[in-house]
Amino acid sequence: MIAPFDAAQRYRLSPQVALRPEPFGALVYHFGNRRLCFLKVPELVDIVRGLGAHSSARDAVSGLPEKRRNAFLRALASLAAAEVIVPDVTGSAGQP
Amino acid sequence: MDAVTEQTQDPRDDAAVGDEGIVEELLVEEVSIDGMCGVY
Amino acid sequence: MTPAPGALSAGRPRERVPPLVEQFKGGLAAPICLTWEWTYACNLSCVHCLSSSGRRDPLELSTAEIMAVVDELAAMQVFYVNVGGGEPTVRPDFWELLDYAVANRVGVKFSTNGLRIDREGARRLARTGYVDVQVSLDGATREVNDAVRGRGSFDMALRAMRNLADAGFGEFKISVVLTRHNVAQLDDFAALADRLGAVLRITRLRPSGRGADVWESLHPTAQQQREVYLWLLGHGERVLTGDSFFHLNALGETPLPGLNLCGAGRVVCLIDPVGDVYACPFAIHEAILAGNVRSLGGFAGVWRDSPLFARLRIPAAGGACASCPAFSACQGGCMAAKFFTGLPLDGPDPECVRGHGEAALSLASRLEPPRPGKDHSHRGRAVTLGMPSLRVPAKPCDSSPLAAAR
Repeated sequence: MIAPFDAAQRYRLSPQVALRPEPFGALVYHFGNRRLCFLKVPELVDIVRGLGAHSSARDAVSGLPEKRRNAFLRALASLAAAEVIVPDVTGSAGQP
Repeated sequence: MDAVTEQTQDPRDDAAVGDEGIVEELLVEEVSIDGMCGVY
Repeated sequence: MTPAPGALSAGRPRERVPPLVEQFKGGLAAPICLTWEWTYACNLSCVHCLSSSGRRDPLELSTAEIMAVVDELAAMQVFYVNVGGGEPTVRPDFWELLDYAVANRVGVKFSTNGLRIDREGARRLARTGYVDVQVSLDGATREVNDAVRGRGSFDMALRAMRNLADAGFGEFKISVVLTRHNVAQLDDFAALADRLGAVLRITRLRPSGRGADVWESLHPTAQQQREVYLWLLGHGERVLTGDSFFHLNALGETPLPGLNLCGAGRVVCLIDPVGDVYACPFAIHEAILAGNVRSLGGFAGVWRDSPLFARLRIPAAGGACASCPAFSACQGGCMAAKFFTGLPLDGPDPECVRGHGEAALSLASRLEPPRPGKDHSHRGRAVTLGMPSLRVPAKPCDSSPLAAAR
């Protein structure tokens, strides 16, 4: 039902999700499936929020040092599995 | 209502060895919304 | 959660991501979730009630005041609230407040003995988003349950559960407080939940409120605690615990699911019916009162600035437990359990699985257990369900919660 994570796909934060910044990152709660995720570094928070403005997930992490990108893509994959981020098929940018 | 999901063990979350043999760390952690003591 | 040591290039600095638990210990900008008791009034008189509920308090928050706190919680992005009491559905404005909370994106799970979950109530809940229901049950049989919760309570709870199931509500929760007399019924509880399409939740009995009076006779034995730990490991996928058994983690290598730390004042807290804020619902006592939502800064001000919470957010040394090899697993157990048995907060939990709590309790020098000043218990006979006509209010503040709505 949930499509496997595709780094070439554009993603966005699900509208059913509340993202709450904390000093060390953010808490993310999905009101639909009630899953609670903790984004443990501020850079990931920025990337998640800015996803819709990039043409793909891979593009969204391209600003990071290369040796960190895999870890961030893995993080995005786990968020996609939890439906915290969803494929943005409309192509409309603009994060809340 | 959907069940409260327990902590996942998505293999993609596991710390993995990167290109330079460095163990990468989890950047996302999931906790059950019912996993906090002090809520009856 | 702590990364395993890997092959590191010499001289390369490590980017360290602290474990989640360590970050939570310092407190968060807002609670993740909290318990909110909407009234002290209750139609029951359960022997172990953590809030000593029964009679409404004359100073309970009004409809408008509750809505104002909901507004605060929404602004702080508290993800969900566990509404309880007393029996929260006894409030005439209960449905209005429920709708208001979910409309403002504050998820609600409410705890109930089933009083107002008739067919229409169940249908109404089934159509309301962001609401979860938790029905209290402390025995898989009428005999075991009613001994603790009162005659008729088992039937009332089962009726509510069937109504929820029939209305297509989905996976409501059945919440059981574990006692010496229902540990043997764990499998029966699980079967009941399966039959009704519900999720079983079992939680720890604490010596809080009226629980202090029955704790010695009701709390599970050491052997039963071992059974519970093993049972939870075997059923962890399908059974919730609210992380209330983290003190049992010292029994084995495998930790139970959950954060495994005391969340009081750091991740969770309690708002009581008169707006008093405590670190957790098991810690209702004036000595550990953090503040009141009616004060100038509201709830947000209390969460942010309370000296009590500031103290709780300072990482504590283990005290007497620090040298115990099990400390990292059990974290010294439950602050409220220690407080209400008169044990020092930096020592073992009364139910310490290594027996250190029992040893501490037997010392003649321990403090007299504190009793909360507030007691809203029904006076005189225990309330019999379904017979409001037997109750004659002596004072307005004693008025039956089942009297006509205002």
